[in-house]
Amino acid sequence: MSAWTRDEMMTIAAARLLADGMVCFVGIGLPGAACNLARLTHAPGLVLIYESGTIGTRPSVLPLSIGDGELAETATCVVPLPEIFSDYLQAGRIDVGFLGAAQIDRFGNLNSTVIGDYAKPRTRLPGAGGATEIAAHAREVFIVMKATPRSFVPRLDFQTSGGHFPGRAVSGATGSGPAVVVTDVGMLRPQGPRNELALAATYPGIPAQEAVAAVGWPLAIASTVESIAPPAAAELEALRALEARTAAAHREPVRLPL
Amino acid sequence: MPKFLALRDAIRDHVADGACVALEGFTHLIPFAAGNEIIRQGRQQLHLVRMTPDLIYDQMIGAGCARRLTFSWGGNPGVGSAHRIRDAVEQGWPRPLELDEHTHAGMAAAYRAGAARLPFGMLRGYIGTDLPQHNARIGSVRCPYTGEEIAAVPALNPDVAILHAQRADRRGNVAITGITGAAREAALAAAKLVVTVEEVVEELPPAMNGIVLPHFVVTAIAHCPGGAWPSYAQGHYARDNGFYRRWDAIARDRAQFTAWIDRHVRGTADHHAFLASLRLAA
Repeated sequence: MSAWTRDEMMTIAAARLLADGMVCFVGIGLPGAACNLARLTHAPGLVLIYESGTIGTRPSVLPLSIGDGELAETATCVVPLPEIFSDYLQAGRIDVGFLGAAQIDRFGNLNSTVIGDYAKPRTRLPGAGGATEIAAHAREVFIVMKATPRSFVPRLDFQTSGGHFPGRAVSGATGSGPAVVVTDVGMLRPQGPRNELALAATYPGIPAQEAVAAVGWPLAIASTVESIAPPAAAELEALRALEARTAAAHREPVRLPL
Repeated sequence: MPKFLALRDAIRDHVADGACVALEGFTHLIPFAAGNEIIRQGRQQLHLVRMTPDLIYDQMIGAGCARRLTFSWGGNPGVGSAHRIRDAVEQGWPRPLELDEHTHAGMAAAYRAGAARLPFGMLRGYIGTDLPQHNARIGSVRCPYTGEEIAAVPALNPDVAILHAQRADRRGNVAITGITGAAREAALAAAKLVVTVEEVVEELPPAMNGIVLPHFVVTAIAHCPGGAWPSYAQGHYARDNGFYRRWDAIARDRAQFTAWIDRHVRGTADHHAFLASLRLAA
């Protein structure tokens, strides 16, 4: 097996956090790869829920959207979207919400709405989707994002989803907020009375200084920093096979039965 | 009893300039053919409602059909930006677009309230977000029993909802299988419901717990095979992920986008001709 990339390390480190049997609400983007890798390796009983209403889905390829047909065909059941948000997420039945975003701050608050001013944005991003309520109501939130000073910022342009914001405990949010931020240069976890994110784990060959340089606020280092094991051959093989199957499936031409 | 109409007539009769229109379908069964027909007929000043304004509203907004957008997520799923929506919001091209922005959970509650003809929907939502500071329509109510403050959103009651479905029977009952998103709620929230279908059959298969919109809630049905392309119709055709990727380059540039719409949408007579112009139909 050839050497691994940082993106592969990030996805594999994120996948390892998911335990077998957990009920996981999968956000759009990077979380999908990590969640499905976990299911295909150490956590075959992981229950994946997509906001499109698919519960217990087991796709063999990664969907491009969160509602590809493969997700419905391989699901335990498909329910209407309002039910997913009210009767599953809001009702507290989700163990882990797995999110990405365009910007994150030191308390794990996320921005996926705008860069610049809301009324006259420099860059209009897609918006909240399911993220705001996932961040509020999943028992725990895992975040996966590549770290750059542009994305790990001292101050968000817009707060789309709440992390460890002041008043969270009395806000009506039923979940406990971000537990971990998995990046391509290490993992951050909240620490201290204000739950500020600190470097809590490093990857083989990537020193703590690289993580500090990739984060746009003065990144604290946790009192103990875990050393993450490199990707195992089986993990890399499963991830690369998943990505190869996905690329092949997305190249298939579509034929309309007309 | 709904009327069976050609799509051209269904849009002409039921979508007026300035109307509040919801084209729903969550990644699945997106009524693209109906969206194209609205562009073809040159509808203006629409208030568009949709949880996930993706390519269908990128096209309609870029073509100048809309003045206002109620939504909760706008982009090209798994690919990136909805460039035409961005251009309308960032630069006001081809005209400014007023935003009424929500979260998925909020939109779902608003549709549910609309379907039940309640004045507002409520949810334990909009927590830890700046959205309420920018959208005065997001409010709150106090529970009369516990005193808890709960987020409130005004009911959504579009003038017309438009869906694509797999089949209708000859009496006008409409059946949907697979991912339904908020299609049922939007359908029942709207004053009128127009549905395009892959096929019209004598008798629907027993629905049991599947989603059926009974004929008395349906206003008009148009037989329109391939009407969800480039999204998909479970059991009929798959999502054209390749087109979603190609759209990124088409939509990035105003001139290229307009040329595409002029050639494939405005320059074709109907959906079959549209698909033929893209070599997807003979």
